[in-house]
Amino acid sequence: MYNPQPSDFEFLGARDIDVDKNFASQGYWKGVAIHFLRNRFAMTGVILVGVIMAFAILAPLVSTYSYQEIVSITGADGKAIVAKSLSPQLAGGADNLFSDRTFLFGTDDLGRDLWTRTWQGARVSLIIAFVAIFIDMLIGTSYGLISGYFGGAVDHIMQRFVEIAGSIPTLVIISVLAIFMDKGLGLVIASLLVTEWIGMSKIARAECLKLKEREYVLASRTLGAGDFHIIFKQILPNTIGPIITQVMFSIPVAIFTEAFLSFVGVGIVLPQCSIGSLIEAGFNNITILPYQILPPISVLAILMLGFNLIGDGFREALAPKLEDM
Amino acid sequence: MGKYVAKRVLMSALTLFLIVFVLFVLIRIMPGDPFPVERMTAEMIAQKRLELGLDKPILVQFFDYMSMLMSGSFGNGTSLYNGAPIKPILLACLENSFKIGVLAIAFGTTVGLTIGIIAALNRGTVIDGFCTLLSILGVCIPSYVFMIFLQYFFAYQIPFFPYFFDPSRFLFSSIMPSMSLSLLTISTVARFTRNELIEVMNSDYVKLAESKGLCGFELIRRHVLRNALIPVVTVIAPLVVDLLTGAMVMEKIYGVNGVGKLMVDAIAGEGIDYNYVLALSIVFSSLYIGIMLVLDILYGIIDPRIRLAAKEA
Repeated sequence: MYNPQPSDFEFLGARDIDVDKNFASQGYWKGVAIHFLRNRFAMTGVILVGVIMAFAILAPLVSTYSYQEIVSITGADGKAIVAKSLSPQLAGGADNLFSDRTFLFGTDDLGRDLWTRTWQGARVSLIIAFVAIFIDMLIGTSYGLISGYFGGAVDHIMQRFVEIAGSIPTLVIISVLAIFMDKGLGLVIASLLVTEWIGMSKIARAECLKLKEREYVLASRTLGAGDFHIIFKQILPNTIGPIITQVMFSIPVAIFTEAFLSFVGVGIVLPQCSIGSLIEAGFNNITILPYQILPPISVLAILMLGFNLIGDGFREALAPKLEDM
Repeated sequence: MGKYVAKRVLMSALTLFLIVFVLFVLIRIMPGDPFPVERMTAEMIAQKRLELGLDKPILVQFFDYMSMLMSGSFGNGTSLYNGAPIKPILLACLENSFKIGVLAIAFGTTVGLTIGIIAALNRGTVIDGFCTLLSILGVCIPSYVFMIFLQYFFAYQIPFFPYFFDPSRFLFSSIMPSMSLSLLTISTVARFTRNELIEVMNSDYVKLAESKGLCGFELIRRHVLRNALIPVVTVIAPLVVDLLTGAMVMEKIYGVNGVGKLMVDAIAGEGIDYNYVLALSIVFSSLYIGIMLVLDILYGIIDPRIRLAAKEA
């Protein structure tokens, strides 16, 4: 039998005894960040969205043409020749009157550069994405938190309102808005404003119901904190996880709503362009000029995929399940 | 159960009534005039107002409209622009949309459930990976992108299916529209079914059933599916509703004469046809609320805890 000798042990000194190397403690947000950064799918999503975002910001700035500009040259007889419906071409390679011009995605049937238009459209989609975040954060969260916090009659009335608002089909809301407003970005944003907050308010309310019974809320109240201080300073920071997840998932929904509305003809109107209106134009010409529909459709699919992957990544990072660890 | 159903029905009816009321009032109080002022004299307009009952107070107009609605017609029942009666057109369109929608839901849930069950039974294998990929694609690719490609390749490049929907060859020409419409349903149902099945299969009572000697299909059918399907029913509800939105695009792409197209024509055309918007909004809202109601009741039947909770409340 082996008898432990004093030399088997080594005295660490006071410096190291409270640092656990194997299970090092880390802050909540640090853990979330590490989990998110290690998630390959989420990082793919970040890269996809990042690339689209970079192109959307930079491409229209450096492009030779503006997105509304009809490209034309003056022909031998003095009349303008418009670069209508050219397939994608590089300068010097094409055998037509515009052989010195580059149209990476070709031109549309009016002679506008599709490269510029596609990225201009992506800009609109990204604007919509930020509007969706704003709506979710501001309206949905406050509504849900207030309803959940006060409970009783306030909650009852606010929840009946949500129930009724939630049982109006989005289409009906959009058509009523279309009566009062002009078609365009404003209509798209207004319809998101009226419909998008409902899902978020439900989540915020559920979180608030869980948290408001906690002791730290009671402690805060005992110290004299007012209702709104408790709601927005004490409860809100602790609900941020589910809220971020919901926000990430509402972005693709919003982008899709815009694309859908513009496609059926109640969204963005010419000469403005968005992903939806570009897809619509491409769809109208799909049998003769099939290359026109590819860029906007790809951008839309990449954005949807990217935001969905980021959303999934956030969900896993914020509320890790045992099997994901 | 009876009390639960009655409560749900009452709530739905009330919601529907409120929606119709708000819509009606909104459309009546909106600025502007339904008559072309430059082409009609003041007397003609006054005459027309009297004829259409627009001179009465809004509440009276609303109750007139409601009583006409109860007897099965939509207000004075004509389009503002061409004077054609709404009801027969609406019914014909509703029939087309409804048939394709039912096909899409049936197809989508069947295929989705099958894929989900297969994936869960083969968890961690290539089959499972393939099913996951399919459901990710289905969520990320908007269904209309899929519709456009389907139409381009299988109706134009390889002219096998008809390019447009054709009511005279209903079944054959509705394969593509309903299939593409069900993409989102398939992927969502498949993902949900897979996750729920895996969760239930790991639970103690299934292990008990297994240890008693039940296995294979019998185990899945009698013990796993019943509990795993409850959450699946809840995802089908919003999917059915999304179908209404999807139908709008689908009808444009495949040229179906359906309610979605009717709605687009009413709001995206030259002027807005208020009579149509009102009638279609009522139809959409009733459909939506009706579907929610049916699913709520279904939910109560599948899961006894829910109707018990409702009884206590």
